[in-house]
Amino acid sequence: MTQRVKQRYLAIQIESAEAFEEDEVKDAIWSAVLQLFGEYGASKAGLFLIEYDKKKGQAVLRCSLKALSMVHASLASITKKKEKPVVFHVLRISGTLRALAKKSRVVD
Amino acid sequence: MTRFVDLHLCASFRDLKLLKKMITKSYTIGYRLIGIPLPPNFDRDEIERIRKICSEVGVDFVSRVDLAPKNTNELLGSLRRLRRRFEVVSVICTSKPIARQAAKDRRVDLLSFPFTKPRSRFFDRAEAELASESLTAFEIDMAPLLTLEGFLRTRLLSSFRRETATAKSFGVPIVISSGATDDYLLRGPHDFSALSILFDMDSSLALSAVSDVPLSIVERNRLKLSPDFVAPGLRVVRRKDP
Repeated sequence: MTQRVKQRYLAIQIESAEAFEEDEVKDAIWSAVLQLFGEYGASKAGLFLIEYDKKKGQAVLRCSLKALSMVHASLASITKKKEKPVVFHVLRISGTLRALAKKSRVVD
Repeated sequence: MTRFVDLHLCASFRDLKLLKKMITKSYTIGYRLIGIPLPPNFDRDEIERIRKICSEVGVDFVSRVDLAPKNTNELLGSLRRLRRRFEVVSVICTSKPIARQAAKDRRVDLLSFPFTKPRSRFFDRAEAELASESLTAFEIDMAPLLTLEGFLRTRLLSSFRRETATAKSFGVPIVISSGATDDYLLRGPHDFSALSILFDMDSSLALSAVSDVPLSIVERNRLKLSPDFVAPGLRVVRRKDP
């Protein structure tokens, strides 16, 4: 029997002078993981952008528990997108979306 | 509750608007104690002005001086003049003799090394042994890790990895600071803890490097600078009413 992959949900606040499209956010996250940990590391991350609110600049990201610190480090290392300064602050980390919503009120 | 500390917020003290913005941002992301490096000849009134801004925001301000001496004599002279004026004294070690002197001097709180020259990072076993005896901490600025890319970042990570391992094996306290010059380089304490895995530092050690270790340095120095301090372990508890 295969073991269930444990996952974590991250509530993220994106801080930038301009609002980014969802694809640009995905691209920024993937690029950061690839740059720091390479294709091998990225393959273990199990990244998935669950929700993105362009207006508020908030996002919810899912990753595997084993790669949590890797993903967190990658998010913290993002400094630029399209040559404009941008910061990804991890607000909360939780094991379920419901708990994440309770903690951060990001997900409705 | 853990009090997180950023001992190296490199905000320009001339631009009070930016300074306030950065202090507010630091507070928002979880820091409650902030150290701002000031020039040695900085006016006491200006220090009070910055302290007032910090207290308005709700953070505790720590005055800090970064010494970059050319030789050991200059370092000793600066320490003699400035130790009692600032709560935290950091030495940027640009040569081996300066690194040795700074590591063994109890008046030095933090050892910093220039990130631009990897050959100038002199923190080795000898410095670590001296620093562990004099309670001097090794400081890691995270801003270069965010700004550098490619080969330069790889080389910096390699230096950090080697130095943290040395510090850990000799029991030298490690302090992680932002070194941020603008608000886009500020990261929360947990972000720094996550980034520290890049140089094989475990998260509990990294979290204490942004909380307990810098806090103990500040508390120790504040105690020493207070008028009630007599000698280590000896302080005035009560004075007779005149």
